[in-house]
Amino acid sequence: MQNYLAEIKITLRQGILDVQGKTVENSLKAIDFPMISSVRIGKFVTLAVSAENKEKALEILDAACKGLIANPIIEDYFIDIKEA
Amino acid sequence: MKFGVVTFPGSNCDHDAIFATGSMLGADVVNLWHKDTSIPNGIDCIILPGGFSYGDYLRCGAIARFSPIMKEVVDFANKGGYVMGICNGFQVLTEAGLLPGALLRNESLHFICKDVYLKTINNSSAFTNKLALDQVIRIPIAHGEGNYFADPDTIKELEDNNRVIFRYSSPDGIVEQEFNPNGSINNIAGIINDKGNVLGMMPHPERYSDKRLGCDDGIAMFESLNSFFK
Repeated sequence: MQNYLAEIKITLRQGILDVQGKTVENSLKAIDFPMISSVRIGKFVTLAVSAENKEKALEILDAACKGLIANPIIEDYFIDIKEA
Repeated sequence: MKFGVVTFPGSNCDHDAIFATGSMLGADVVNLWHKDTSIPNGIDCIILPGGFSYGDYLRCGAIARFSPIMKEVVDFANKGGYVMGICNGFQVLTEAGLLPGALLRNESLHFICKDVYLKTINNSSAFTNKLALDQVIRIPIAHGEGNYFADPDTIKELEDNNRVIFRYSSPDGIVEQEFNPNGSINNIAGIINDKGNVLGMMPHPERYSDKRLGCDDGIAMFESLNSFFK
């Protein structure tokens, strides 16, 4: 078994209004950052996982994201993984 | 009839629901614990109450969905048992897949705690048969994440099949964006599943079940269930 460290980014799905992101973007504009746009805010999860290989680890994490870590109805998730 | 009211860690409207169904309606009611692994015989309707189950960690309702009692609640619903999710209970039902869609952060980002007006869109459900079609009731909301979202196909299915039960409206029943407190699509405040035995709504009818609390518009929903089960 190999240990892996994973970083999972979760954001609201494209097309869903991210009111937090919008509010932060408006505030940035108000403090003279007009060049910043498309602000979206999400969650960041780090975890360790033990699996036979990287493919298996990704499979486990994908199932964990679908099952609990993210809600695929409203969220996208991105998994980044490396050997521990 | 007999109600079961689930208490999760962090539920805070469980006793309001017990009060509304037991003391005000006069029905039998038992309190169910989140760790229970069975539902007592004879329960007609299970209420998942409002609150902040498991601290709303990760997403509202996401952890509660995996508590032992929820496996039983899902079985109960799939066998035709009646389930009513109020506020956090609605969020738990969407996470559990018993109702479609999800509840997003309120469009204003604020936690909103105030009375709203609900227009009755479907009064043929077990939960609303004591209300008239288009009847407007005053019910409080108290949530930060009550902005109902579902993909366009799901919304169409809900609308086409009369599964939207309540919409946020003006006191005289006008459904417009200005009366939408949280950004919900089509002012949706409550929905039912395709079989009509599972209802979810963000507003709190149990909090307005006694005139001494300022309003009893909410008791009609519990009376509807009582009438349905008679």
